[in-house]
Amino acid sequence: MVQPVNLATNLTTSTLHWQTIATELFPLGHSITELDHFLSGSAQTSIGTIAVVGTCEHEPIGVEIALAQARFILDTVREYPQRPILIMVDTQGQRLRHRDEMLGINSYMAHLGKCVDLARRQGHAILGLVYDQALSGGFITSGLMADACYALPDSTIRVMGLPAMARITKVPEERLIALASSNPVFAPGPENYLRMGGIQAIWQDDLSGQLELALQQQVNCNQGGDQRSSLGLARGGRKLAQPVIDAILAGKNSLSS
Amino acid sequence: MSYLESNARERVHALFDADSFEEFLPPSARVVSPHLGQLNAPVSFDDGVVIGSARLAGNAVFIGAQEGGFMGGAVGEVHGAKLVGMLRRAVIEHAHAVVLLLESGGVRLHEANAGLIAVSEVMRAVLDTRAAGVPVIVLIGGSNGCFGGMGIVARCANTIVMSEEARLAMSGPEVIETANGVEEFDSRDRALVWRTTGGKHRFLLGDCQMIVADSVPAFRAAAITGIETCKQQEVALSLTALEQEQHLLTQRISQFGTLIDPVDIWKKLGVPQPELLPLLEVDQFIATVDHLRLGAR
Repeated sequence: MVQPVNLATNLTTSTLHWQTIATELFPLGHSITELDHFLSGSAQTSIGTIAVVGTCEHEPIGVEIALAQARFILDTVREYPQRPILIMVDTQGQRLRHRDEMLGINSYMAHLGKCVDLARRQGHAILGLVYDQALSGGFITSGLMADACYALPDSTIRVMGLPAMARITKVPEERLIALASSNPVFAPGPENYLRMGGIQAIWQDDLSGQLELALQQQVNCNQGGDQRSSLGLARGGRKLAQPVIDAILAGKNSLSS
Repeated sequence: MSYLESNARERVHALFDADSFEEFLPPSARVVSPHLGQLNAPVSFDDGVVIGSARLAGNAVFIGAQEGGFMGGAVGEVHGAKLVGMLRRAVIEHAHAVVLLLESGGVRLHEANAGLIAVSEVMRAVLDTRAAGVPVIVLIGGSNGCFGGMGIVARCANTIVMSEEARLAMSGPEVIETANGVEEFDSRDRALVWRTTGGKHRFLLGDCQMIVADSVPAFRAAAITGIETCKQQEVALSLTALEQEQHLLTQRISQFGTLIDPVDIWKKLGVPQPELLPLLEVDQFIATVDHLRLGAR
C-alpha cells in the first residue's frame, strides 16, 4: 500500500538498516524478510529458533501493518507454541490519516496489543528491541507490550517532537528544550525510558550476546507481571507511580515515602 | 441527567448504587502530579481521575472515571498509576466487574514519556484484569471523547458502551490536520468529525457493542446489561476470539478500505437513506441498523 510521503518526518534519515542489525543479532542465521516495511521471519539462536516481527524505515503504523503484525503473532501462537518472539521496533508512530481513523485504527492497534498479550499468556517470551525510532501509538502496542523492551544507544523514543509538543501544551519550545536536558520526562533518548522503567536495558555492543542473555532471562523467569513502575522507582525516573499503586493495594489514603 | 454535561464525580455518584461509592486516594490525599509544577501548569488533587469501589445493581464493582475538565482527561504518571492500582485491587478482591468511565485525549504531553509508559501500564492492567476473569466495561460519553492511547485501552476491554455524542478514535482531527493538511481531515468540519469518530459509526463497525442516549441512567442500565452479557462469555482473551477479530478487521479493510467517507460505508452496509442517519434518535437508529451492524455478538 503506497502512502504519500510525509515530508516532516522524512527529514530524519535512517542510519540503522534492519539488515545490519539482524546480522549482528543473529550470527547463526535468520530468514527475516521485508515486505513494504513489514518485517517477519525466524532466526537462530543458541537456545533455539525464535520468531521475529516488526517494522523498518520509520514506517507509520496504519491499519494494514498493524494487522500484518497481529497475523504473524497469531500464526506463531498456533503453529509454534512457546517459541520466543522478538519485536523489532522502528516507527514514526501511528499513521495520521482520515482513512485510518474512519476504519477504526485504535481497534487495529488494540488488536495487535491483545495478540502480543495472548502470546505472552500462552508461554511465549516476548522481547522488544527499539533499534531505530519508537513513537507513541506505534510503540504502545509493540515494544511496550513486551515482557522486556530493550533499545540501542542511538535510538530515539518519544511521544512527539518538542516543537509539536510546545504547540499543544503552550509551553515555549526553549523551555521544553531546557527541561529535556535535565528531565527524563521530556528528553527523547532511550536512557530516559531506562530510568523510568519503560526500557529494561540498553544494548551497547555484542548484540547477539545481549539477546541470548535476555532470552534466557525471560524464558527462565516466571513472568512476574508488569514490573515497570517498580523499576522506574528503583532507577529514580518515576518516583510516584509505584507508591500510588502500593497505597491503593494497601487501602491507604496517603503515600508512604 | 445528561452524561455529557456531568463531570466525573457526578457521573460516579449517579451511575452506581446510592451511597455505595468508596474513593481510593481521594482529593483530600492530595496526591498530585510531580511533573506539572515545573511547567507552571495547575495541578489537581485527584490528578484528573476518580477511582474506587462501588455497587452496581448490588454487585461489588471497581471503577475509574476520568475527568475531562482537567487537562482533557489526559494520562500522566499519577493518573495512570491510580487506574493501574485500582485494576490490580479489583483482581485481588475478585470484583464482579470493573467499569471505566473514559474521557481522555490520551497521553498527557506535559508528562510526555512518563505518560506514555503509564498508558501502556493501564493497557496491560486491563488485560491482566480480564485474564483474571473480571470483565472490564468501558463507558464513553464525555465531551472530550476517548482518544490516543486511551482509545486503544478502550478496545482492550470486554465491552464498550457509547452515546451517540461520544467519540472514540486514535489521533484527534487537529493532530491529523496539523500533520497532513486540512484537505486530509478538516477538524472544523464538525459533521465529518462526528461521522468518522462518533458513536453511531463505531456501533455500525462493531467497535462498540452498545449505544445509548445521552443520559446517566441509560449508561447505568447498559453497564448492568453489559456486565451480565460478558459473564456469559469468555472474559479473558482467547486464540479463537482473536482469530475472529483478525477476520473482522481484515474484512473491514477489504470491504471499506477504498471508501472516502463514513457515509459510503453505511451505504455499503445497506443502511437505508444513510445520509439521514445522523438525524435519528438512538432507539430509531438501533431499530434501523441493528441487523446490519458488523461484529454483533
